[in-house]
Amino acid sequence: MTVESTAARKPRRSSGTKRAAGAASARKTAAATAQPHDAEPQLVQLLTPEGERVDVNDNPDVAEFAPYVEDITTEDLRGLYRDMVLTRRFDGEATALQRQGELGLWASLLGQEAAQIGSGRALRDDDYVFPTYREHGVAWCRGVDPTNLLGMFRGVNHGGWDPNTNNFHLYTIVIGSQTLHATGYAMGVAKDGADSAVIAYFGDGASSQGDVAEAFTFSAVYNSPVVFFCQNNQWAISEPTERQMRVPLYQRAQGFGFPGVRVDGNDVLACLAVTRWALERARRGEGPTLVEAFTYRMGAHTTSDDPTKYRRDEETAAWEAKDPILRLKAHLLASGGADEAFFEALEAESEALGKRVREVVRAMPDPDTMAIFENVYADGHALVDEERAQFAAYLASFESAEEGH
Amino acid sequence: MAAVKMSIAKALNESLRKALETDPKVLIMGEDVGKLGGVFRITDGLQKDFGEERVIDTPLAESGIVGTAIGLALRGYRPVVEIQFDGFVFPAYDQIVTQLAKMHARALGKIKLPVVVRIPYAGGIGAVEHHSESPEALFAHVPGLKVVSPSNASDAYWMLQQAILSDDPVIFFEPKRRYWDKGDVDVEAIPGELHKARVARPGTDLTLAAYGPMVKVCLEAAAAAAEEGKSVEVVDLRSMSPVDFDGLQASVERTRRLVVVHEAPVFLGVGAEIAARITERCFYHLEAPVLRVGGFHAPYPPARLEDEYLPGLDRVLDAVDRSLAY
Repeated sequence: MTVESTAARKPRRSSGTKRAAGAASARKTAAATAQPHDAEPQLVQLLTPEGERVDVNDNPDVAEFAPYVEDITTEDLRGLYRDMVLTRRFDGEATALQRQGELGLWASLLGQEAAQIGSGRALRDDDYVFPTYREHGVAWCRGVDPTNLLGMFRGVNHGGWDPNTNNFHLYTIVIGSQTLHATGYAMGVAKDGADSAVIAYFGDGASSQGDVAEAFTFSAVYNSPVVFFCQNNQWAISEPTERQMRVPLYQRAQGFGFPGVRVDGNDVLACLAVTRWALERARRGEGPTLVEAFTYRMGAHTTSDDPTKYRRDEETAAWEAKDPILRLKAHLLASGGADEAFFEALEAESEALGKRVREVVRAMPDPDTMAIFENVYADGHALVDEERAQFAAYLASFESAEEGH
Repeated sequence: MAAVKMSIAKALNESLRKALETDPKVLIMGEDVGKLGGVFRITDGLQKDFGEERVIDTPLAESGIVGTAIGLALRGYRPVVEIQFDGFVFPAYDQIVTQLAKMHARALGKIKLPVVVRIPYAGGIGAVEHHSESPEALFAHVPGLKVVSPSNASDAYWMLQQAILSDDPVIFFEPKRRYWDKGDVDVEAIPGELHKARVARPGTDLTLAAYGPMVKVCLEAAAAAAEEGKSVEVVDLRSMSPVDFDGLQASVERTRRLVVVHEAPVFLGVGAEIAARITERCFYHLEAPVLRVGGFHAPYPPARLEDEYLPGLDRVLDAVDRSLAY
């Protein structure tokens, strides 16, 4: 199966383009169909906002992906729920810590738990993740201690974990840069003859960056085993997606020669299924995939902005009804998949996590002053050596002055 | 000694060939580096001998070239990327400055970024816009990068391999108007350190410091000055980050006068840093202020004006005279 035929085989996920093409010169129609926010965007969904499983037989769009979660047991569902709850709790704790002055900044993932846990749990240990700065849930899935994520927001380091320990790269703040790193890494995976895959996370705002387009180009040309996982959370700080794109994002992949799929980003099961599907394509040597997880950032972009200045309460309220955690909880309750004891135990675990995060952050030591000069170069550098020695002597001069008293 | 006479271009080609032979993790990437062998033929024949998996023609996207090279380095490869011309490095500047230069530090030393960015640079070949620039100061200013430029065939051969062996990212500026200059290359020699300056011509009255394409001009100036009875020492800096200030200081302490020469605009250029540092280090040795000769604070001019723009023999000798007049 070629990439082109895969893309061509899925016209049902391209209706926006077809309609736009059919509108030809009708400017008004073209503009209307070019809106990225369809009232009811076509999504791959396995769990409705009410927590009901989607009937695969009723929905051919879903049929292709449903088999990828057939093995998911009730215990697995509880595990996904636990991941989302603990991630939200960690995130909430970090937001509170920022408000208390313990962190300089925080980028909350509130509302995006399903996109991150669903995709994160689709990964194998030998897959490699290139995150942006909001992938706390993916980090959780990779086994990165969540308190490690806080160092850069507290200002004690710029990353601070070894990316190769958990195959989870450092957070990247420059928008979209990491999609190229992921593509290059995936090129290396292919050269090595390995069957692992690479996943690059980015947002709807990043899709406007040239680097993301270049990553699409390179990965398509080299048929690299990389999954581009865009969490379209509708807002790039204060800019709505209308300021980023005129056609639904997932359709962009077709122009580069690989498939794009839009998944309900608030449906953890659908995110798991679609990401597994995309990762398996990559492993089979079928090249890149673009997954657009259609979701919503419930909080601010970061703690430094104020969403009430740029978005309406009604919009937020509409998305609250699609909450990824409440959705799975409703399903677990209705299906008997979890009882009150499970939720109570999880609440206690959440409390413990929150307490640990608070304690660790407050105890985080400032780095040693001389760390400024460490790891600037792997092989050393005469200027750094000179400045380190000068600054050490300068600092020592205060100590000797005190001793002289 | 197994010295072979070859051009700088050939020396670079042989150097890349040696690196590809020595380490299977070394990759060559760039626009037109494969079948064509690069627009300057520096990678000529390498794809034929090492295959498309080692010598990779890339899409026409500089940020993509450097960005994917970073990813390949993270996977354990040692990519050597070619930026076709100096003025085209800027689409990749973001990846070089915000990512390549900082990643080792951000990871607290846990990962290494052995990426070499080769850039044919500087003027003198009658090219169109964006094909003759000298942006080395923009890279030397960035912590985490190393910046070097060979001036002769032997250095071209050895410095490139040393750059590839470096676990740090290296911006490797190739003086394109010297590509066809020939010199002896001893492929079995034990090369000096990558960042050590070299006395290209000894002298006693004044030091001319230069790198890359201007070393030849300075050697010619020193020869002309000798005819007037002035003994001018020429120091080939070879590296702009780090700069071998110890080596340069030793020369200036002998000659007591320093003129720095480069093609790049003088303002905030590498020469400005050298003047400041050498003034600090050699204040009581200097008989004259450190002078600089270089390009103007103007866009690189059309080709018909570049002979006026580029520092030539006369402008260098004029600075020598001004220094000696103190």
